[in-house]
Amino acid sequence: MPEVKNRQAVTGAQAIANAMRQINPDVVAAYPITPQTPVVEYFAQYVADGAVDTEMIPVESEHSAMSAVVGAAAAGARAMTATAANGLALMHEIVYIAASSRLPIVMPVANRALSGPINIHCDHSDAMAERDSGWIQLWAENAQEAYDLTLIALRLGEHEDVRLPVMVNFDGFIISHGVEVVDFLDDEVVKKFVGEPKVKYPLLDVDNPVTYGPLDLYDYYFEHKRQQIEAMKHVKRVFKEVAEEFEKISGRKYDVLDKYMVDDAEYIMIALGSTAGTIKYTVDLLREQGHKVGLVKPWIFRPFPKKELQEILNGRKAVVVLDRSASFGAEAPLYEAVKSALFNVENKPLIGSYVYGLGGRDIKVEHIKQAFEDAFVGNLNPDEERYLGLRE
Amino acid sequence: MAELKGWKELPIGGVIDKPATAKEYQTGTWRVIRPVHQPENCIHCMMCWLYCPDQAIEIEVVDGKPKMKGYNYYYCKGCGLCANVCPKTNDKLPEEKRAIVMKPETEFQD
Repeated sequence: MPEVKNRQAVTGAQAIANAMRQINPDVVAAYPITPQTPVVEYFAQYVADGAVDTEMIPVESEHSAMSAVVGAAAAGARAMTATAANGLALMHEIVYIAASSRLPIVMPVANRALSGPINIHCDHSDAMAERDSGWIQLWAENAQEAYDLTLIALRLGEHEDVRLPVMVNFDGFIISHGVEVVDFLDDEVVKKFVGEPKVKYPLLDVDNPVTYGPLDLYDYYFEHKRQQIEAMKHVKRVFKEVAEEFEKISGRKYDVLDKYMVDDAEYIMIALGSTAGTIKYTVDLLREQGHKVGLVKPWIFRPFPKKELQEILNGRKAVVVLDRSASFGAEAPLYEAVKSALFNVENKPLIGSYVYGLGGRDIKVEHIKQAFEDAFVGNLNPDEERYLGLRE
Repeated sequence: MAELKGWKELPIGGVIDKPATAKEYQTGTWRVIRPVHQPENCIHCMMCWLYCPDQAIEIEVVDGKPKMKGYNYYYCKGCGLCANVCPKTNDKLPEEKRAIVMKPETEFQD
């Protein structure tokens, strides 16, 4: 395991800003929005201090921020931005264009509830609204993962077989503003890890002129969508390759799924983001009481780790899926995907859906216990959505 | 019409990876009304050449002066602008006196 040389107590926002400093992107265009603001604030300080060579564009909106990084990435620059909630929603149109133009932009998203009513706290409705946009979605549990995944995201998106933008999701306030201990890599180590930008069809290559964003009608649009589908198929393999390389420099292991105490687990909970930390703690408590429980936390939500979940969930007694967003009139997004993945599994576990934490509502150990206890007594209904921490 | 490529053969991202590919696009397939040049009535004023949005008017230069030769039907979309701006063509003139006659494309199908 590589020696830890730089251990600091920082917020998730500082950790990500530091990753951005070490990446030293060519262009960063961003607009402030709570709780993403400190990411860009810290990074702007690095720009002002001359610690990076980045061209920083303080734009007038998130729509412009995403447009500017699309333009920069098409030119051949390594381009980044960051946002949250309504900012991401304002980017929406260009989010799709970034993915369909196959531009490997990296964007940390400090997950926050979408208005309305207006709310600045954590939930996953912002990222879930972009789940079909063609972006890769990585999900961090804490500041350390937010830092690590930002570095991994860069290599993943730029890979020849992928060429897709990557969203690094980290829970607003809980991760963005919470102070934790983070082990940073040396600047030189990161510089070597991220390497030179790998560009494809750069507009600045005037000897080989190309056109970005042409009209693409019924004769070719479908073929270009098929290419995006294909690129997503390569993501998990490339992620594993990059993660392996990252482990060598950091000692920290990443995979498609984070599996906690699952080997002999009869009851498995699935959740994204920081809540996984609380679940791990609860798993430990329940294990002390003799319950065979475990947690699966997808590090990648798009592409969805269907095959990996099928393998791990097959034959378990029950699966409890926790969603930090709702899909009004349908099943919650993570639950829906997990349930769909289990359709072809030989020994289907019982499955249940729990929505929690909307608008930053706290999720407590007792809530997680409550969901597990429903599973212990077989009180799960695959067609029923339940709520944790909600007043009746 | 250019042969349509499969998804594995295309550059990714909808990028067009070389310039001037619009030349390969047979806009003539859009045409439902065909302009037909009647040279006996034409004064070679070049108004059609000036206005044609597809540069589909073919000319030749004779003694230093341009002469309207006819149409490039690979590109001509049949918009009719040429007939509209032609000083020797209007609704009041009988067809045989006009320099440009617009005819339904169906008259030319085999």
